Amino acid sequence: MIDSKASRLDMKRISIAFPGVQALTDVDFHTVAGRAHALIGANGAGKSTLMKVLAGAHDHYTGSISVDDEEVRIRTPKDAKDNGIQVVYQEVDTALISNLSVGENIMLEQTVHNMKGKHLINWREIHRSAQKILDRMNITVSTKKLVQELTLAEKQMVLIARSVSKQCRFLVLDEPTAPLSHSETEQLFRLIRFLKEEGVGIIFISHRLPELYEICEDITIMRDGKLVIREELVNVDQHKVVEHMLGAKMDGQFPHVQKEIGQKWFEAKGIRDGEKVNGVDLHVCKGEIIGLAGLVGAGKTELCRALFGAAPDVSGQLFMNEKELRIRSPHHAVRNGIALVPEERRREGVFVEESVSTNLTAAGLSRFTRWRTWLSKEKEQKAAAGIIQSLGVKTPNASAKVGNLSGGNQQKVAIGKWLLVDADVYLFDEPTKGVDVGAKRDIYELVAELARRGKCIIYASSEMSEIMGITDRIYVMYDGVVVKELHTSQTSEEEIMLHSTGGLLT
Amino acid sequence: MMAAAKAREKKNFQVVDFLYKYGTLITILLLIVIFGTVTDNFLSTSNIIIILRSISIVTIIAIGLTVSLSVGGFDLSVGSVASLANAIVISMYVWHGQNVGLGIAVTIVFCLVVGVINALLVINFKIQDMLMTLATMFVFQGVALTYTRGATISQNMVMPSGDFATGQIPKLFSKMGQVPWIIIIMLLIVAVVHIFLTYTKHGRYMYMIGGNQEAAKLSGIAVSKYRLIAYLISALFAAVGGIMLGARVMNAEVNAGAPYLMDAVAAAFIGYSVFGAGKPNAFGTFAGAVLIGILSNGLIMLSIPYYAMDIVKGSVLALALGITYYKRKH
Repeated sequence: MIDSKASRLDMKRISIAFPGVQALTDVDFHTVAGRAHALIGANGAGKSTLMKVLAGAHDHYTGSISVDDEEVRIRTPKDAKDNGIQVVYQEVDTALISNLSVGENIMLEQTVHNMKGKHLINWREIHRSAQKILDRMNITVSTKKLVQELTLAEKQMVLIARSVSKQCRFLVLDEPTAPLSHSETEQLFRLIRFLKEEGVGIIFISHRLPELYEICEDITIMRDGKLVIREELVNVDQHKVVEHMLGAKMDGQFPHVQKEIGQKWFEAKGIRDGEKVNGVDLHVCKGEIIGLAGLVGAGKTELCRALFGAAPDVSGQLFMNEKELRIRSPHHAVRNGIALVPEERRREGVFVEESVSTNLTAAGLSRFTRWRTWLSKEKEQKAAAGIIQSLGVKTPNASAKVGNLSGGNQQKVAIGKWLLVDADVYLFDEPTKGVDVGAKRDIYELVAELARRGKCIIYASSEMSEIMGITDRIYVMYDGVVVKELHTSQTSEEEIMLHSTGGLLT
Repeated sequence: MMAAAKAREKKNFQVVDFLYKYGTLITILLLIVIFGTVTDNFLSTSNIIIILRSISIVTIIAIGLTVSLSVGGFDLSVGSVASLANAIVISMYVWHGQNVGLGIAVTIVFCLVVGVINALLVINFKIQDMLMTLATMFVFQGVALTYTRGATISQNMVMPSGDFATGQIPKLFSKMGQVPWIIIIMLLIVAVVHIFLTYTKHGRYMYMIGGNQEAAKLSGIAVSKYRLIAYLISALFAAVGGIMLGARVMNAEVNAGAPYLMDAVAAAFIGYSVFGAGKPNAFGTFAGAVLIGILSNGLIMLSIPYYAMDIVKGSVLALALGITYYKRKH
């Protein structure tokens, strides 16, 4: 049960490296029980890694962790739990067993660990204990209900209930509010306040600035795997937070191309897709690069898929050159000259078992056939060789399997296949994710070159520097809607970040 | 040291790779050599023709299955469809006294309808292909049984009214089930499907859908259309298989097509690895069918009882699957 004595948690000089990346460098973090501590940073700043270290998910870090000034050894998830540290990850579904009841899920760890020598499940006891925990936390969910019937918010509550069913001194909540509606968030905050009163230390990761001020007392800001600042929250305002999140700018990475922006060509009106995209209007001119800014989960990917006809329940209108398009599937989108480079490269972008040339010709295969039926190996090889050369794809030859190429080169293949199709509108969804610096630069140049040739470009990215570097105009998304339209030349990363985090809205 | 170990590992890998690519073909050659030396007339022309004839129906059905596998599907109903086709085509002649062409045409149309049903269920309800076609396998088997009222259809059979059936199976039709036509038709189908899958745009699309359906969809390929076509082709060849069966045995026994399902599955999966294709392919399926045919024939000549044959076939399938999945992991 909840341990009520005030305690403190210290993490000192934590460093951890993964192949090719120094994820954390000498990070200090400390918090005390009974308070909520906001941990924030841009994507890739190292928040999640730090919390994984605390949860015992990584065992090769250096540095020390102590609770109440007593050094503890945390190398496995069990160590963390034994020290009263519980984590509720963002993906609640991976932690719950959906075809079991709420009661069984809450009492899961007791059933797993405290059943030595016993073989029969005491159903009454399970439901009674679970009900007691739920009652105390003021959560009204039947313990007999199956987890798969719950809403996302309820699942989160169940998971938090499970965490506090055992000894819990510190509770890490990793972006708990991202998928929640406003009233559900309120409910969660009530629960957090209750836990604080019970003496639990909350570590709260979130991208939404306004809510931090509502629920947290302290703040730690991270950037590039390093600690930037630790303060009481009342002493830092939203602008300061954003400034610390962003830090120094990268320069010289982005190509400068002289180009002309033409007439309005592609337009979307009132695009909706369930809860994810909530009525978005946008337009792109010929030769213009539009940035879709916003943090992870803001709805950028969903919007791209909706524009491409790849989401099932989309409503709204699309126009190209003032003519309305009817797009019900990606097949129609491609026929109408829209191309999408999807975010999940290996799952959505390339055929890993197929050769480079097969991948490159996938979208426009008809052009490499005789009588629109018979494949012409010769034409395919020639076109593939051209793309491999112009994009600088590092591959032994055109018949090598794409699965054997590096991430950056796979991405070039995923983009390259659209260069062999005559598209008017190019949608890029996080094209530089997981790509090395050299390949990034190539991709930027490619995007700029497409724009110079008069194509319409929509470029979705959660990296502010990228958005600032290559776009002409920016739509900032937050919670499935465009909250702000900005001209790149008249804005700053700070401003974009502020809007992306819902800043100054409330 | 390290370099030596690495070199050895590489060599090892090459051996595995080589066996993967040519294992099936080497096995076929080995079997021919072994059976050829142990038995007297295994390599006689007449026996080779017997083997080819014996695998022709399996091959035709397996080719259809191969096409459904190429889009990442799995048409388990091919055996039932073959039974249905067998029943319809024979009944057309025996019960209704139709001519050759009309009998075949009606059969194929019916079986294509079956293919459409399969495809719509799999595509629209997003149920795993194997489960859905397992269900339709029972349904179509039942349809065939109901249609024949659970009886064998043959010439001069007794009708429910008490009369004898008057229709005759046309000579031309029975010719189709005899050497050389049955073998020629099989080889023709293998060649056509091989060309379709390897050298046309449509075949390429099918393999892409089988390789990564999401990426295929996002590349603008009309995924549902091609999956429908694949199930149509699968049903078409199952129907052709059933018709050939009817032409060969000149009657329609209860569930005559069912035993062909497992042999077809085995042939198609053995075919995955032929020449290192790593995916369902028509030529490989043919090689798989040849392998099974030679095994059956040779073992029978060695006086292994027919009822033990399934043990051998099943083991060969298990081996082929083992190699394919091991390779995929490494």
